[in-house]
Amino acid sequence: MNANGVVNQGDDAMADRVGSGPAEDHVLDGNALAGRLAAVFGADVTATPGQCAHCGTVTVVGELRAYVRAPGAVLRCPACGGVVLRIVETPEATIVDARGAAQLRFERR
Amino acid sequence: MPDSISWRLATVAALRDETPTVRTFTLRIPGWPGHRPGQHVDIRLTAEDGYSVERSYSIGSEPERAGEIDLTVERIAEGEVSSFLHDVVVAGDRIEVRGPIGGYFAWDAGLGGSLFLVAGGSGVVPLMAMLRHRARVPSPPSASLIFSSRQYEDIIYRDELELLAARDDRLRIAHTLTRSQPSGWTGYTRRIDQAMLGEAVAPLGNGVRAFICGPTALVETAANALLRLGLPADRIRTERFGPTGT
Repeated sequence: MNANGVVNQGDDAMADRVGSGPAEDHVLDGNALAGRLAAVFGADVTATPGQCAHCGTVTVVGELRAYVRAPGAVLRCPACGGVVLRIVETPEATIVDARGAAQLRFERR
Repeated sequence: MPDSISWRLATVAALRDETPTVRTFTLRIPGWPGHRPGQHVDIRLTAEDGYSVERSYSIGSEPERAGEIDLTVERIAEGEVSSFLHDVVVAGDRIEVRGPIGGYFAWDAGLGGSLFLVAGGSGVVPLMAMLRHRARVPSPPSASLIFSSRQYEDIIYRDELELLAARDDRLRIAHTLTRSQPSGWTGYTRRIDQAMLGEAVAPLGNGVRAFICGPTALVETAANALLRLGLPADRIRTERFGPTGT
């Protein structure tokens, strides 16, 4: 397990990712999109567990990897790299593509 | 819509240079609902033609300061928002702010347990909010900060961190300078690694809550090292900073 509750392929795989250069430094996490997501969902979702539809890993939204240097933002699963959520903002609307999320779990408070 | 999700107009009350490339902006925000240390805000700039751009910035100040927050922003060469904040904004200007945002990377003294903080560069900002809050509560928990900067001049909040540690037996701060060190430097001189983290976390005992904030590579290294040192995954919270947070 690593800090994201994800089983790694092993330390070597992690070392590869850590050492993969400047491109990795452009990766943020779901915390960076918390404001946009809160505006969509009506509440903070950074601590909300979500299940990746590709590999089944459950990760809180704050720990998803965020790629924001594109038109719109992409949140990927830290375990398999699959796209979990995509958010595109146009002048008229915010569009959320959630087909990579098997589920998001909102606790009743 | 909850208060934290609507945009409101903040007034820039003060500016302070922290390092040659890092500046703190104090924003006065009418109706500010208060925040938890570690949370951030979104800033929105809108041009006359309607073009608008948003960025997230961590809050550096403690929640005990009512009605205002400090944002500490590093100037990124190609960052359209950070350049604007550094080059254009003066006291009295107004800026749109949304927040506070994020409940995952947040800590307050009420959570209990000791506090272990790992920062790289401007990743220290949300952790500083935690340390400033901690300094304001009665009998605060033990805490330790490991802070990686490139060189001595780049250490954000340097004097204040020194002061906080000097008057608090239960707070330990260790610096590492990865690019160059002044003569007589007694701190670390290498990138954060497991040995460094082990030395700092051991005295904190059980029940540690760890918060790691910095560039992705540092965050991954530190989080995985802490797991190998035996910290439970659910006690390690991470936030990645990058040039895209410009």
